[in-house]
Amino acid sequence: MNEFISLNHGSGSRQAHDLIMELFVKSFEMSLPLTDSAVLKNNGFTFAFTTDSYVVDPLFFPGGNIGKLAVCGTVNDLSVSGAIPQYISASFIIEEGFPLSELEAIVVTMAEEAERAGVRIVTGDTKVVGKGKCDRLFITTAGTGLLKPGFENIGSGKMICPGDKLIVNGTLGDHAIAVLGARNSLSFSSPVISDCTSLNGMIQSVLGECGNVHFMRDLTRGGLSAVLYELAQLSGMGITVDEASVPVDDPVRGLCEVLGFDPFNLANEGKVLIVAGEDDHEKILGILRSHPLGKKSALIGEIAEVNKGEILLNTFTGGKRILDIPSGIQLPRIC
Amino acid sequence: MKYIEEYRDRGLIMKLLDHIRRSVTRNYSFMEVCGGHTSAIHRFGIPSLLPSEISLISGPGCPVCVTSTGFIDRAIAYSRMENITIVTFGDLIRVPGSFSSLEKERRGGADIRILFSGLEALNIARSEPDRTVIFLGIGFETTAPGTAVTVKKAREEGLKNFLLLSAHKVMPPVMDAMVRDGIRIDGFICPGHVAVITGSQIFRFLSEKYGLGCVIAGFEPTDLLQSVLMLVAQINARSPDVEVQYSRAVTEKGNIIAQEHMNSVFEYCDADWRGFGNIPASGLRLKKEYEDFDATIRIPVEIEHHRDNPACICGDILRGLKGPDSCLLFRRTCSPENPVGACMVSSEGACNSWFKYHL
Repeated sequence: MNEFISLNHGSGSRQAHDLIMELFVKSFEMSLPLTDSAVLKNNGFTFAFTTDSYVVDPLFFPGGNIGKLAVCGTVNDLSVSGAIPQYISASFIIEEGFPLSELEAIVVTMAEEAERAGVRIVTGDTKVVGKGKCDRLFITTAGTGLLKPGFENIGSGKMICPGDKLIVNGTLGDHAIAVLGARNSLSFSSPVISDCTSLNGMIQSVLGECGNVHFMRDLTRGGLSAVLYELAQLSGMGITVDEASVPVDDPVRGLCEVLGFDPFNLANEGKVLIVAGEDDHEKILGILRSHPLGKKSALIGEIAEVNKGEILLNTFTGGKRILDIPSGIQLPRIC
Repeated sequence: MKYIEEYRDRGLIMKLLDHIRRSVTRNYSFMEVCGGHTSAIHRFGIPSLLPSEISLISGPGCPVCVTSTGFIDRAIAYSRMENITIVTFGDLIRVPGSFSSLEKERRGGADIRILFSGLEALNIARSEPDRTVIFLGIGFETTAPGTAVTVKKAREEGLKNFLLLSAHKVMPPVMDAMVRDGIRIDGFICPGHVAVITGSQIFRFLSEKYGLGCVIAGFEPTDLLQSVLMLVAQINARSPDVEVQYSRAVTEKGNIIAQEHMNSVFEYCDADWRGFGNIPASGLRLKKEYEDFDATIRIPVEIEHHRDNPACICGDILRGLKGPDSCLLFRRTCSPENPVGACMVSSEGACNSWFKYHL
């Protein structure tokens, strides 16, 4: 491990993965595999429990703000674990001199998003630090939700089998490009709106009608590539992805071409990868496509028994190449 | 998406591959000397499509990769000074110098910022007049005009706290040096974006003097495959020439306005290339009338004698003599997270592209 923390350690990249495994998991003696939420059993009930911190820059961007992100992120981490999100905590680290009007706008958005998602924000904390000791506002949320029997292993990857199908619920990269476009320092404006949204309604409608969901993960930092890498590690199987079937909207594709980004590596805040049993993927696609947040859902690949631990991309040219986990930071502080 | 999808048409790709397969009569080696080509070739999986008779070799076309250790050491020395802000494009900060990198210096507190355009550097200089902003100018004929315009604008505005540290280079001298060194190739996939600025004729000496095929190529899969087909045809007909495949962007004379900007601000100088050493008249430095903006003149600095890792074969890779898989460090101690050589740092570097994409 390098001697000092760099921005790369927080970017969903290989370095971030190594830091988590070599320091946190070891020191806290956490059980593996790591999932978006811990699964806790108590008195016959099973709960999912998760936490996340938000440091996005700028605080307001097309399609949301740091508060909406903080609620959606925790709701989604619980949802992809198969849980029904219920209660959330919210802690604020605020820099001295931060405008109260902006804080109010952010908190109002959080309340609205919590109501939309059907969760309650029930506890919290506030700290104010001196000017220059943090960058305006950081938020940490934690959340818990009930896990119904049968869904305990969705986050762990234990149920993945060869032949399973990979589905995403829409276009990739919208959040990262929306945030990038909102930065004043850049000399372009972008029409892209962040996909930041709570996915629990859509995910519950899939789980309610179909028990054959083998794995789910939201495609946040590191994007689809990071989640596929994790999936390959968790399952020990090979993954095949068809590049042409992965949905990316034209403005995002265009900006990626200009700026040299790969949409597969870009962060999303309203997208989920679902690994579904071979027989049920059509049904799941149907459910997703009839939901407002899944209209552009697509089948993008499958779990294979060959090339174990690797992700093979069938390029739209008809060629083949490896899809690797992003290395280092693509864009700083997008969530 | 317009200007993208028509060049990625699967049917057209299959037709071109079929033409190539029917045209090959022997083994062919072609070198691409543009990092954009290296990255595109691997990203689109082109090597997995081509017949085994055709080898594509990556040359010194990634500007980050050919930036000398001495340049990085100098930038690091500036970053350690009081009230200096270093501004640069992303990849450069991870390139190893002799003892450190700009990324490590930033972790240690140096003010090093990443930009997407040189003009952003002027915004920083305007808004922070107490700091001296040093812009690390990097790239070939493609990016040098942008830097030239930035320097001109700084002079027009009388900005005293904006300086340039130039690592800008030009392409023909290094291609000439490689051929004189005895590289064994049949032709060049010539850099499309360089030629947009310079025009197609700067590569003429390669076909006339050395009998090498030259095709100036675009960056989409059909562009690259058509270029390979054109090179194969030139070799088969024993009629080496300079042809333009990327005709939607490249003309014979190039972008005259960009050339004028470049020529009014820069003059040729000898330059150090990683892997090649010093190549005469291959670099661009500010002309005398712009020397007030030259960091090396305004802020002279002593740098220690520079040192490269002896096990790293970036030099041989950049000269097309070896592939990344011949390096003992590749995938072992050298990876995108811990790059030993510059070819592993940039997304356009041969080692980085192999690491990320190669089967």
